[in-house]
Amino acid sequence: LAPWVPVVGLEIHAQISSNSKLFSGSQVQFAAPPNSLVSFFDASLPGTLPVLNRRCVEAAVMTGLALNCSINKKSLFDRKHYFYADLPAGYQITQQRVPIAVNGSLSYSLCIDNKMSQMVTKTVRIKQIQLEQDSGKSLHDDTRNQTLVDLNRAGVGLMEVVMEPDMCCGEEAAAAVRELQLILQTLGSSQAVMAEGQLRVDANVSVHHPGEPYGVRTEVKNINSIRFLAKAIDYEIQRQIEELENGGTILNETRAFDSKLGCTISMRDKEGKQDYRFMPEPNLPPLILYDAKSLPANMNHQQVINIDWIHERLPDLPSVKREKLVEQYGVLPEHSFTLLNEDGLAEFFENVVKQTQMKPKKVIGWILQDLLSYLKQHSLTVKESPVSPSLLADLLNLLEKKEISSTAAKQVLAELWKGEGKTPLEIVKEQKLQLLEDQKELEQICQAVIDRQENE
Amino acid sequence: QVAAALKEGHVTPTELCQRCLSLIKSTKFLNAYITVAEETALKQAEASEERYKKGQPLGVLDGIPIAVKDNFNTAGIETTCASNMLRGYISPYNATVVQKLLDQGAVLLGKTNLDEFAMGSGSTDGVFGPVRNPWSYSRQYKEKSVPKSHSEDKEPDWVITGGSSGGSAAAVSSFTCFAALGSDTGGSTRNPAAHCGVVGLKPTYGLISRHGLIPLVNSMDVPGILTRCVDDAAVVLGSLAGHDPKDSTTIQDNFKPFELPNLTDVSKLSIGIPKEYHAPGLSSEILTIWSKAADLFENAGAKVVEVSLPHTRYSIVCYHVLCTAEVASNMARFDGLEYGHRSDMNESTESMYAATRREGFNDVVRGRILSGNYFLLKQNYEKYFIKAQKVRRLIANDFVKVFRSGVDVLLTPTTLSDAAPYVEFIKEDNRTRSAQDDILTQAANMAGLPAINVPTVLSERGLPVGLQFIGRSFQEQQLLTVAKWFEKQVQFPMIQLEEVNRHDHGVFQHQKSASFS
Repeated sequence: LAPWVPVVGLEIHAQISSNSKLFSGSQVQFAAPPNSLVSFFDASLPGTLPVLNRRCVEAAVMTGLALNCSINKKSLFDRKHYFYADLPAGYQITQQRVPIAVNGSLSYSLCIDNKMSQMVTKTVRIKQIQLEQDSGKSLHDDTRNQTLVDLNRAGVGLMEVVMEPDMCCGEEAAAAVRELQLILQTLGSSQAVMAEGQLRVDANVSVHHPGEPYGVRTEVKNINSIRFLAKAIDYEIQRQIEELENGGTILNETRAFDSKLGCTISMRDKEGKQDYRFMPEPNLPPLILYDAKSLPANMNHQQVINIDWIHERLPDLPSVKREKLVEQYGVLPEHSFTLLNEDGLAEFFENVVKQTQMKPKKVIGWILQDLLSYLKQHSLTVKESPVSPSLLADLLNLLEKKEISSTAAKQVLAELWKGEGKTPLEIVKEQKLQLLEDQKELEQICQAVIDRQENE
Repeated sequence: QVAAALKEGHVTPTELCQRCLSLIKSTKFLNAYITVAEETALKQAEASEERYKKGQPLGVLDGIPIAVKDNFNTAGIETTCASNMLRGYISPYNATVVQKLLDQGAVLLGKTNLDEFAMGSGSTDGVFGPVRNPWSYSRQYKEKSVPKSHSEDKEPDWVITGGSSGGSAAAVSSFTCFAALGSDTGGSTRNPAAHCGVVGLKPTYGLISRHGLIPLVNSMDVPGILTRCVDDAAVVLGSLAGHDPKDSTTIQDNFKPFELPNLTDVSKLSIGIPKEYHAPGLSSEILTIWSKAADLFENAGAKVVEVSLPHTRYSIVCYHVLCTAEVASNMARFDGLEYGHRSDMNESTESMYAATRREGFNDVVRGRILSGNYFLLKQNYEKYFIKAQKVRRLIANDFVKVFRSGVDVLLTPTTLSDAAPYVEFIKEDNRTRSAQDDILTQAANMAGLPAINVPTVLSERGLPVGLQFIGRSFQEQQLLTVAKWFEKQVQFPMIQLEEVNRHDHGVFQHQKSASFS
């Protein structure tokens, strides 16, 4: 049987981290009382007009720069029309003709064979980043045959990041999204927490035989976590392969991922081909951005965005941070990934290193194996760790000074984990875990043991 | 002059307000007002009076009664757009222009009638019925009309106001207010101004905020100003123009209100006469009036040249495509969910939407929505919408070229003829009428240029005929200066209305066109 080449592309919607919405002054806040964050414009009251939020544009420019995109100095806004209860105006304002950023790339790493010992770097092309409005939320109450509409989210700024179909499986997609998430969080342009709907991913999946044209693709939606993303994509790839091998065809349709059943289900009742009747948004002039060269001398600073100025102030991206960790501390590249993967872990590590004489290369083991496994076991975040960097540093110092053995250290750590406020030294004394160097004392103990043995 | 009277205490704001309110009542048959805000108006008048007593009026507009077209949002006062869709809709906010007028102390008498959602050129297609042109009841018209019946009731062969800001034009024309706001998308302020014998100013697009004006075509709409003389229009313009952060299409430049000079020497002026405005259907009477006006300028020493705006004949079709497309988009928000009429049909969201929109919109609106959506379909977009935008660019460039060649202001007719009798007007449908009547006015909207109707002379039927001046972008000062000169030359007669004479206590009498400035 001829091999199948799966092709995966992604459309990612990231909610912009800003105080107010993309085109109106109402607040952006998760889990507020329903319809409490709705301005006249958000409710589409007749006669209201959109006013562009500067912070949202900056967030998009930062993200575009971090993803190696060309920033379009002139981009346009359009209306995308469809009727739905959570879209009060009957159209969404988006950037269909000329988005704010295009032609970028994202590098991400995968470990081969799940071993973490061999990492390979891959790249996915970023087709574009566009600014657009989020919709409200509608909740279907089937028992009372009604739909409840909450417009708090309507009008919140989104960056839609389109990744070209350069990925081949769930794992790659998951790794790419994870890296994007880290980048967004580092930039602060989006908090990108999937569970809070701040990062939504739709996958475009198709399969074909090598040398042949791309197959028909399906769009998979309703994916709520990175883990489910990988699952959904892999399921869909399998489904398509089986379908085609059984002589069937793939429909160009939208499918929803059912996390309980672990499969994708056709959303055929949502009509496939919709004509959105795109039209330029007449109330927003073209968005003009400047760089140091093109910035006119007498421009009001408040009214313009200087791309170069933003570029200069970009923080270290995850890839750079990882390199620095490897360089500075001599840890392995795969270690740097794990450090950055857990929110706060890298800082924790660096804090411990500062406070201990133990070499970073040794410290890392304690962080990645012991501390991390405790955190995972108890489903805690680094911030919630009952063991602080200072405590761990104290412990490691004892070990380094050879006052305790490594086995003893692990025991102490277990005790520290209980969070009873004892210091490592106190625990060592309590449990008599000190390493004894005194020859005489050792002889006494050994003798005692031998004696006991003889008596049994 | 009324402002001066207020200042000197010859008349008080409350007296003025009460007189206007009572005149509104006696001219109710005109159907110019949808809502009369009697209580709030009197309160505003009282507040104004306090200020005058202290010698601290807010400005020239303090205490001046005004009316606002019912497609502008007014907080606490119903805003209907003459549609069932917004019947009973009370907006929580004031349109920027309304707020500005109120901040200047103007007294808001009420909301005026229009074609539903400003779609029409007669002010005949709103749910509150048609507006009657006050001139229908003028001595001048009655004298000239063939007596049809001997009954004394108010059912002569009344004529339309033109539209869509007919209510505002009628309100100003019948002296129930001193200034009114209209809107102008294809001529909706200038057309009724011409038919009702008042000044109708369409400012440059981007000069006055549209925030709060319920849009017809966002890329062409402007708030329009209707007054009895050009000086008044300049005053109102001065209080309204300027950047509004809430409207991203307003220009950033600082606007400086101006006073109009009394131009005496027009020898440095170049007046352009676009030959294409000799449009099919233009009455010979208006052609003559237009000619005479051109001669007037020439005899006074101005340079009068024939110019060409070659793409004029494509403007109707172009306008039709772009207008309906934007309408289809702008009307999408009326679904009955958040505000406005909601149908009882509740089988599904879609069926509720469909029923709500069918019940809420009249045929004109629905027709334009259907057309607009057709033009916006993916397969049609390039052929129609994009093409129309290109044609629009050509039309705008025609003007640029003409103004670049040294012409200061263009002189054209405003309408094809004087006001038609209602029974004649309704023989053709809204779309046909709009297409006919907009021809002389909507190119200015396409190009975003300022334009003004100045009442010129009475027709043979005793009805007003106005002429239009079109100026350069943001050159309202020059435009209005020329308009004012012309106004002075033609000395358009005052309407002789029985009701007005009855109410007149000298305030209206003295001036030829009772102005407030």
